[in-house]
Amino acid sequence: MSIDLKTIKHISKLSRISVDEKKAEKLAGDLNSIFDFIEKLNELKTDNVEPLTSVAETTLKLRSDEVKSKNLRDQVIKNSPKENEDYFVVPKVIE
Amino acid sequence: MSDITKQSLSELVENIKSKKLSSSEVTKAFVERSDKSKELNAYITEDYANALNKAKIFDEKPDLNLKLPGIPMAVKDLFCTRDLRTTAGSKILNNFVPTYESTVTQSIWNEGAILMGKLNCDEFAMGSSNETSFFGSVQNPIDKNLVPGGSSGGSSSAVAAQLTPITIGTDTGGSIRQPASFTGTVGLKPTYGSCSRYGIVAFASSLDQAGPMAQNVRDCALLHEVISTYDEKDSTSIEFKRNEYSKELTKDIKGKKIGIPKEYRVDGMPKEIEDLWKKGIEYAKDCGAEIIDISLPHTNYALPTYYIVAPAEASSNLARYDGVKYGFRAEGENLIDMYEKTRSEGFGAEVQRRIMIGTYVLSSGYYDAYYLKAQKVRKLIKNDFDDAYKKVDAILTPSTPSSAFKIGEKTNDPVSMYLNDIFTVPVNLAGLPGISIPAGHDAKGYPLGLQIIGKAFDEQNILNIAYAMEEKINFKNNITDWWLK
Repeated sequence: MSIDLKTIKHISKLSRISVDEKKAEKLAGDLNSIFDFIEKLNELKTDNVEPLTSVAETTLKLRSDEVKSKNLRDQVIKNSPKENEDYFVVPKVIE
Repeated sequence: MSDITKQSLSELVENIKSKKLSSSEVTKAFVERSDKSKELNAYITEDYANALNKAKIFDEKPDLNLKLPGIPMAVKDLFCTRDLRTTAGSKILNNFVPTYESTVTQSIWNEGAILMGKLNCDEFAMGSSNETSFFGSVQNPIDKNLVPGGSSGGSSSAVAAQLTPITIGTDTGGSIRQPASFTGTVGLKPTYGSCSRYGIVAFASSLDQAGPMAQNVRDCALLHEVISTYDEKDSTSIEFKRNEYSKELTKDIKGKKIGIPKEYRVDGMPKEIEDLWKKGIEYAKDCGAEIIDISLPHTNYALPTYYIVAPAEASSNLARYDGVKYGFRAEGENLIDMYEKTRSEGFGAEVQRRIMIGTYVLSSGYYDAYYLKAQKVRKLIKNDFDDAYKKVDAILTPSTPSSAFKIGEKTNDPVSMYLNDIFTVPVNLAGLPGISIPAGHDAKGYPLGLQIIGKAFDEQNILNIAYAMEEKINFKNNITDWWLK
């Protein structure tokens, strides 16, 4: 299998990470060597194996629907790179 | 007392409880040694003035019934600490000051310990040498320009160099045990679900666990006892009967059945690792354990499985860093451009690589071939352990396939870096507890570790085996303080 530059560009778009040509070429090299290594899994037949989604063999606990944290507005906004009163500010989305 | 920093955690606790030492004296000693040890680059953020102040307050009305009375401690910078910057070793969180505290660190402060600062680590815990940190690589106190392991490299360096009496790290694929092995220290990765993940910067949520890193097994057991709690804020936290691990610690392991998995004898493993393992088997026999050969047939598939599961979960967890709510933001022409520039400038190369791998294996058309396949193989790996534990109580392996390497030696080859975790990754995939203890030195005089893997929730048993073997091994760390002027 080979991951080409077009695929790298596609993944970069999905990942929201910008890449230029030079970075894309480096990434293609790295990802190809990593995927060569991952391909080893194809040696195994797994048709009748149940996928393991969690090692903790418990069902999720239910809890009562109570508000435990409140008035956190200042805390929530505290680390924002840019805010205006109660809002996070981002570049204009709608013209 | 100039030798305060040479004391183990247990000795310091004893000396504070018997009033031979005050918290201020102890804190001052560790702060001074940390301050003189900047060349190690173990700290990302120092909080010395606050620590000294808290020690003074503790001494005014000391509560000597606590488990960690007035003990200063630095922690891995992956744990959110209220009002103290938490970076996860990343530029993207360079200016992040949490407004809440992680459950694990809160448990530690509740027992009287005092925060000294935040320790360096690989960016988002993605690395095996601490070289992916935005804040630079960390020196191993064993030798100049030697990596301390990773991702908890600042933690292992700080414990080995006695900048902190004890610390906590996190372990997703070996990030506590491998650095412990590289620095001649003890590191425990608890069973998945024993320690709360609340307030720990997430990497791969089905694998991440916090755990203690210490100079000896007793200290490790004591800190584990403090941090292993059920927490409703973590939906995968598990309620089970937790031991008083340090009180119940015993060297009596007579008749314990210890398994030796033949698949861990990997191609190209250095002879000194093989010899160390053989020596470990003899030590275990000397302690009265019974040695049984076992098979974990899917061992070779653990790393490829890990390098699908962990990046997949990471790509999802790290989607939150978008430059909007917190952390670094790069300006962009529009919203998408801002996201892309923020993430491209804010994440380092290894993190970007893993996000891309994860995004790819989860993307449309590839999910079944990679992610689903990996989850199935993960089941086979867990089944291997389940089968083995029908015959044995614990498993003994080397911790790492080599001793610590030089800074820069493996940075250009991601796969060779990943191979560091070959013996530790299966334990995370199966959610089991594992402990690394120092067991010898290689020809260069660098420490080597042995790993004891337990059944789920059976931390007491592996701590006991480690405790018994530690006495037989009688390991001495050879640290010359070369970095002190």
